[in-house]
Amino acid sequence: MMKLWMNTEWEMIRSWLPQLWDGLVLNLQLTLITLLLGIPLGLLWAVTVRARNRPVRYATLFLVEIGRGAPALVLLQFMYSGLPQGGLVLSSMTSAIVALVWSTGAYTSEIIRGGLESVPQGQREASEALNLSVGDTFRYVILPQGFWVAVPALMGFAILVFQGTSLCFAIGLPEILAQANDIGATTFRYFPAYTITGIAFAGICIPASILVGWLEHKVATRLRS
Amino acid sequence: MTRDYLLLILSGIPMTVAVTVVALAAGMLLGFPIMLMRNAPWAPLRLMTTVFIAIVRSVPPVVWVFLVFFGVGADLVDLNPFTAAIISFGLISAVNMAEIYRGGLVAIAAGQHEAAMALNLSRWHHFRDVTVPQMFIVSLPAIATYSVGLLKDTAIASTIGLQDLTFQGRYVTEMTYKGLEALSVVGAAYILLSLPIAWLSRNLGELLKRRIAR
Repeated sequence: MMKLWMNTEWEMIRSWLPQLWDGLVLNLQLTLITLLLGIPLGLLWAVTVRARNRPVRYATLFLVEIGRGAPALVLLQFMYSGLPQGGLVLSSMTSAIVALVWSTGAYTSEIIRGGLESVPQGQREASEALNLSVGDTFRYVILPQGFWVAVPALMGFAILVFQGTSLCFAIGLPEILAQANDIGATTFRYFPAYTITGIAFAGICIPASILVGWLEHKVATRLRS
Repeated sequence: MTRDYLLLILSGIPMTVAVTVVALAAGMLLGFPIMLMRNAPWAPLRLMTTVFIAIVRSVPPVVWVFLVFFGVGADLVDLNPFTAAIISFGLISAVNMAEIYRGGLVAIAAGQHEAAMALNLSRWHHFRDVTVPQMFIVSLPAIATYSVGLLKDTAIASTIGLQDLTFQGRYVTEMTYKGLEALSVVGAAYILLSLPIAWLSRNLGELLKRRIAR
C-alpha cells in the first residue's frame, strides 16, 4: 500500500484538488443537464411506446432498445466519432449530452412505464365515469400517481447517470477522470490520483443512495396505506 | 464498409464474451462469502462488509478499471489489460452478486425453514440442502439481468487497450473514418449478444417456479 501511495504527501494532493474539482463540477453539470432532458424524454417514450399508431410505437421501441442495449461508451463514441462521417460534427460536450440523454430516456421510459402501469385500472374507470377527457385523465389522475411510484427508481438511476458521466473522458471531455489521467501522466502518481477520484464519487454516491433507500421506504409505506 | 473490416470488428466478440463470462463466474463464486459476511451475526464484520459493498458500488466501473490497471498495474505488479479487466469487473460483480443472493435468501418461503426445523435437520444440512439451492434458483433471473449489464460494462475495458468489440470498432473507425457504420455494427453486436440472456431472464422465472417449493 505504501508503495502504491508513492509517499504522496497531503500538500501534493491538495495542489491537485482545484483541478479535480473543476472536473467534478463538469460531471455534476452534465448529470443535471442529462436528467433535465432525459427524464422528460423518458416520459414521452413511456407514452409513445404504447401509442396506437404503429410507426410511432415501433420507432419508439427501436430507439429505446438501442439506448438500453448498446453500451453508453459506444453511444458516446458514435456521437463523437461516428456522426462526422455523415457530416455532423459535435463538440465533446454536445456528444456527451446527446448520448447520455438518449440512454437516460431509454432507461427512464421503462421505469416510468412501470410506474404508470402500477396505477390501478379502477382509476381509469372512475375517470371515464366522471367524463374526464383522455388528456385530463393522464395529466390529473394517472401521471401524479404513477410518477410518484417511479421517483425512487428514477433517483437511483440518477446516481448511475452521475457515475456514467465519468465515461466522457473517452471523447475528450475534461471531466474528473480526464483530470486524474492528466495528473497521473504528469506526476506518475496514478494510484493516488485515481483514489481521490474514487473518494469523490463515493462521497457523493453513498449519501445519495442512502437517501434513495430512505425514499423507497417512504414511498412503499405510503403505497401500503 | 468492406467484409474484412466487418470481420475485424466481429473478431472482438470472443474477448468481450471471455471477460464477461470470467468476471461473472468470479463474481458468482466470491459473491457467496461476501453475502455470508454481510449477514454475519457478528456486528463489526457485518458493518465492514456493508461499507465495502457501498464503496465498490459507488465508484464508477471505469474508475476501478483505471485504478487497477494504471494504479496497481503501473509499478507494483505487471498486469495486462485482460487481468486488470477481470480483477475490476470480478470485484464489481462479486458485490452485486452478494446483494442478489441476499435478495434470494429473503425470498425463500418461511415454510421451508419451518419444515427443515420440523425434520430436525442440522444447521449445516438446513443451510446446504434447503437454503442454498433455493436461494440460487430464486436468484437466477436477477443474475441473468445483471449479466446483460455486465456485458455492456465490459466495453469500458477497451479504454485500457483490451481488444474487445468496442476496441475493434474504434480501431476500424480511426482507420477508415467510417464511424457511422463501424460503431453501428458494434452497437448492434452488443444488442444481439444480450438478446439470448435477456430472453433467459424473462423466461427463467416461469421455468423455475416449478422447481422450487412454495
